[in-house]
Amino acid sequence: MQSLGIDVLFKGKNFARLLEGLWVAARVSLISSAVSILLGIFMGILMAGKNRIIQGIFRVYLETVRIMPQMVLLFIVYFGTTRVFGWNLSAEYAAVIVFSFWGTAEMGDLVRGALISIPKIQYDSARALGMDEKSVFQYVILPQTVRRLIPLSINLITRIIKTTSLIMMIGMVEVLKVAQQIIEANRRTSPNAAFGVFAVVFLMYFIVCWPIGRAAAYLEKRWAE
Amino acid sequence: MKRITIKRVSAAILSFGLIIVLLAGCGSGSGDPSAPAYRTVDEIKKSGVINIGVFSDKSPFGYVDEYGDYQGYDVYFAYRIGKDLGVDINFVSTEAANRIEYLQTGKVDIILANFTVTPERAEEVDFALPYMNVALGIVSPSDAVIESLDQIGPDDEVIVISGTTAETYLEKNYPEIKLQKYDTYAAAKTAFENRNGVAWANDNTEVIAFAIENEGYVVGIPSLGSQDTIAPAVTKGNESLLYWLNDEIKALGEENFFHKDYEETLLDTYGKDYEDTLVVEGGVVK
Repeated sequence: MQSLGIDVLFKGKNFARLLEGLWVAARVSLISSAVSILLGIFMGILMAGKNRIIQGIFRVYLETVRIMPQMVLLFIVYFGTTRVFGWNLSAEYAAVIVFSFWGTAEMGDLVRGALISIPKIQYDSARALGMDEKSVFQYVILPQTVRRLIPLSINLITRIIKTTSLIMMIGMVEVLKVAQQIIEANRRTSPNAAFGVFAVVFLMYFIVCWPIGRAAAYLEKRWAE
Repeated sequence: MKRITIKRVSAAILSFGLIIVLLAGCGSGSGDPSAPAYRTVDEIKKSGVINIGVFSDKSPFGYVDEYGDYQGYDVYFAYRIGKDLGVDINFVSTEAANRIEYLQTGKVDIILANFTVTPERAEEVDFALPYMNVALGIVSPSDAVIESLDQIGPDDEVIVISGTTAETYLEKNYPEIKLQKYDTYAAAKTAFENRNGVAWANDNTEVIAFAIENEGYVVGIPSLGSQDTIAPAVTKGNESLLYWLNDEIKALGEENFFHKDYEETLLDTYGKDYEDTLVVEGGVVK
């Protein structure tokens, strides 16, 4: 124990601070994921449609988000809006905006991909059975799309959770930052604390991401039946 | 096929354009004179809270203890500023890379995050009087102490970490000294302990701490090269707060405040011997 430096986590309120940091990261990523999934579904449906102008606009949006590092987006939204418009967004709002902006674009593209991956014959067969367009979408296309989407969106959510470590750059103290603080504060007394503390942080990320993965696997299985 | 390519290219161009516009917007916004980004001393007092940007993971200058409270040499000074202004302190955890941004957008009133004064930075922010010295230092084994650079023979090698001030300073001013470069602190430390080089050059705070933590090493040269200072910084143009800080630092000099600060926060790391090397009292560099 001593050599791994896990003991520093039991000094004072260190463990509670780490959990608090985890809650900050989880809060930002879960709110952002919820917003992203909701808006992303709309965006994906529009993108899969036939309107060239809408497709073009979303294409630009998606490419912008893709080539822009999340760190740059965070700086633009947190510091940039203050400089240009004088808005004083809280760091948490800024973080949620950035991760939703990013997540929506990625989710939209996933939904678009899932929608167009449904073979044309599915539409044709459904129509041949006499279903109207609404029913075709609701009973044939959507369930297949959602099933294809689950593993992809889980991947996106876990990526959002992991990327929240960047919010320390706009002054938010999340789990990884707390870990660094604990390691540094004990640099002299337990120089090896980094190993133990980061191992615990790894476990914490795992504990957050794992149930999401399990829930997705369960849904996937259930809806496959 | 061709159509797809054209579409992709145009999308890329459009996105690129959008980014340029966004970035240009950020750049030009900083010069907006209509709304000053900073708060004057009166405005701070009226609001009852001062925002101070400090490091939260740079022990012993700015860190958070196991009870979640900010501590360290910079933080000790911050508490005093809050007390003398009669306001509460909201500590903001800053990183080396965003300190200037925080001041320019007025998201903090003062940066007290071990901010080294440089001419480039002084164009972006206003520095108050200094409260600490930094220079380079050279540590060597106690059985072969190097007290002057002349002692370094033509075949001897000095260990440095790539990208540090020590590397640039020695290369520029002493090109005849052979350097052994390492990418990380840990690698340089191991190499030095294995005696791959006769000495190790780094920021003096780093080498002093190393010599105190590790038996058998002496800092032969505690202060080398250009003396840099560490000072509080405020948003460019915030004269009200700048003058207040300067007066405060001068006044604190009379009660030897920063020596007391050193003894409370840095003594364990650097020992008594370096107090006068590191501390700047009353804003006057000796």
